[in-house]
Amino acid sequence: MSALLEVRGLSVAYGKVEAVHQAALRLEQGRIVTVIGPNGAGKTTLLAALMGMLPARGSIAYAGQEILRLEPEQRVSRGLCLVPERRELFAAMTVEDNLVLGAFHRYRKRDKTIAGDFEQVYRLFPRLQERRRQLAGTLSGGERQMLALGRALMSRPRLLMLDEPSLGLAPLIVRDIFRVIAGLRETGVSILLVEQNAHAALQVADYGYVLETGEIVIEGPSASLASNPRVIESYLGLVSSDAG
Amino acid sequence: MNAEIALFLIQDGLTNGAIYALLALALVLVFAVTRVIFIPQGEFVAYGALTLASLQLGKLPGTAWLLLGGGLVVAAVELVQAVRLGAVRRIPAILFNYIVIPSALLSLAWWAAPQKPALTLQILLALALVVPLGPMVYRLAYQPLANASVLVLLIVSVAVHLAMTGLGLVFFGAEGSRTPPFSDAQWKLGVLNISGQSLWVMGSSLALIVALLLFFEHTIYGKALRATAINRIGARLVGVSPAMAGKLSFTLAALIGALSGILVAPITTIYYDSGFLIGLKGFVGAIVGGLISYPIAAAGALLVGLLEAYASFWASAYKEVIVFTLIIPVLIWRSFTTHHIEEEEE
Ligand SMILES: Nc1ncnc2c1ncn2[C@@H]1O[C@H](COP(=O)(O)OP(=O)(O)O)[C@@H](O)[C@H]1O
Ligand SMILES: [Mg+2]
Repeated sequence: MSALLEVRGLSVAYGKVEAVHQAALRLEQGRIVTVIGPNGAGKTTLLAALMGMLPARGSIAYAGQEILRLEPEQRVSRGLCLVPERRELFAAMTVEDNLVLGAFHRYRKRDKTIAGDFEQVYRLFPRLQERRRQLAGTLSGGERQMLALGRALMSRPRLLMLDEPSLGLAPLIVRDIFRVIAGLRETGVSILLVEQNAHAALQVADYGYVLETGEIVIEGPSASLASNPRVIESYLGLVSSDAG
Repeated sequence: MNAEIALFLIQDGLTNGAIYALLALALVLVFAVTRVIFIPQGEFVAYGALTLASLQLGKLPGTAWLLLGGGLVVAAVELVQAVRLGAVRRIPAILFNYIVIPSALLSLAWWAAPQKPALTLQILLALALVVPLGPMVYRLAYQPLANASVLVLLIVSVAVHLAMTGLGLVFFGAEGSRTPPFSDAQWKLGVLNISGQSLWVMGSSLALIVALLLFFEHTIYGKALRATAINRIGARLVGVSPAMAGKLSFTLAALIGALSGILVAPITTIYYDSGFLIGLKGFVGAIVGGLISYPIAAAGALLVGLLEAYASFWASAYKEVIVFTLIIPVLIWRSFTTHHIEEEEE
């Protein structure tokens, strides 16, 4: 079966310092794949390179085509979408305008089906509808993450990449967010999920990779990772107590 | 000074101030979106005025050649890049946008100029010849340096300004031009004589400002420009490329500049290098707004216009000195009242 995303020998460097070294990973259509690892392992760097925000060496095949040299905007247009760790919302614009901009590439293509997607996003996050005239900068942390997810969904992604969607959120909200992530799979979106919250990530994902100091050290189906002694010792022992 | 003169000076000041306000808005827009301090803004004013003046004399404006020349250079740059990236599919669009369209405009101007068409058509033709130079300037001078510091971009701006002034001399010559007013109407309002031209200027400026407001609030491209100004990374992640935003903001700046030139051309004699001083006065207004606030920039620019009118009455020899000295108290005041805006490093 051909993969939606097939990454081979991907290396990313900041100047001379390599932050991701020879990473290989694979994601099949409709699956949720997670990359877990400690702070500073290179997870954010990996996603930024997949999105084209950082130059990289190696190969990124997406939907059967090499996209390593495409600009981020061209990747967006092909259905890749990144919800970054820092959210990168348009703070001085309204919630609704943030969502509108999420669909920017579809407006350019004169897509007529955008209106329906607003309803879908508002159904998923009723809080956003209540606050749609409010400036994004005035939202709480949880609402911001909802808006970041909503904005991403407005681009109607085929491959959604999420960088620590649970970061800094209260356990109840983390549970909501992960419920939404699990629900997205039903709509056919493939997801690459980066998390420090390994417990929650392995619960929702089909397959997982462990990234340490820029290299993938363990991989396997989520269930087998969750019972791997090394994973339990390094990632589940500590995190599971405060995970939602 | 009696009330009549005072009122006349206000009219004069507001008329010029309206032009400066337009230029100030363009400067704020370009800076917010691209971090470029757009010194060549004034050259677009001069090009707009002189292009219209040529058309009114029935001559082919030099800008038509400049447009074709610029188009050829941009096409060459784009073609090299397209071939290097293997993006062969882009080639027809490049040839069309940068060679076919400028050639068509050149031919149109060649054919139309001697026939001296109606003023509205002349204005439209002048805009069509000058405005595309904006995105071309962005493509050639700024896009390759999109990640450079504000200072480097400023130095590039000085270079572009000097180059465009020189080209202005080559293509328009050293003589100044003044175009006939759009309207000869005069109204008496009490002691005050209101000229049709100053109403034209103020009305057009207001209309353009309202149009810009609607564009930014209600269109997807306007929102994309605001988004780029607010968060460049976020904008890229939703598919707004900095190059597209840059080209669009330079197109708007060129449009505002050229229109301003067309509006002032009947009021003052414009030479190839007159744009700089006019643009600089818009810049003082923009500085009052800290290069970030549109309304304060516009208000500052109106103030510059009024100050200039009164200065030229009381001490006409020192008019420019007085206006530009305004920038010193403004800078001192700003340095005390606003927190420093850190330059973002990506
Ligand atoms: N902009 C940057 N410049 C230089 N080094 C960076 C930069 N961003 C991250 N790094 C380094 O790259 C490594 C990986 O960082 P990151 O991808 O953010 O890790 P993670 O997301 O897994 O916490 C770290 O050692 C970090 O210090
Ligand atoms: Mg990270």
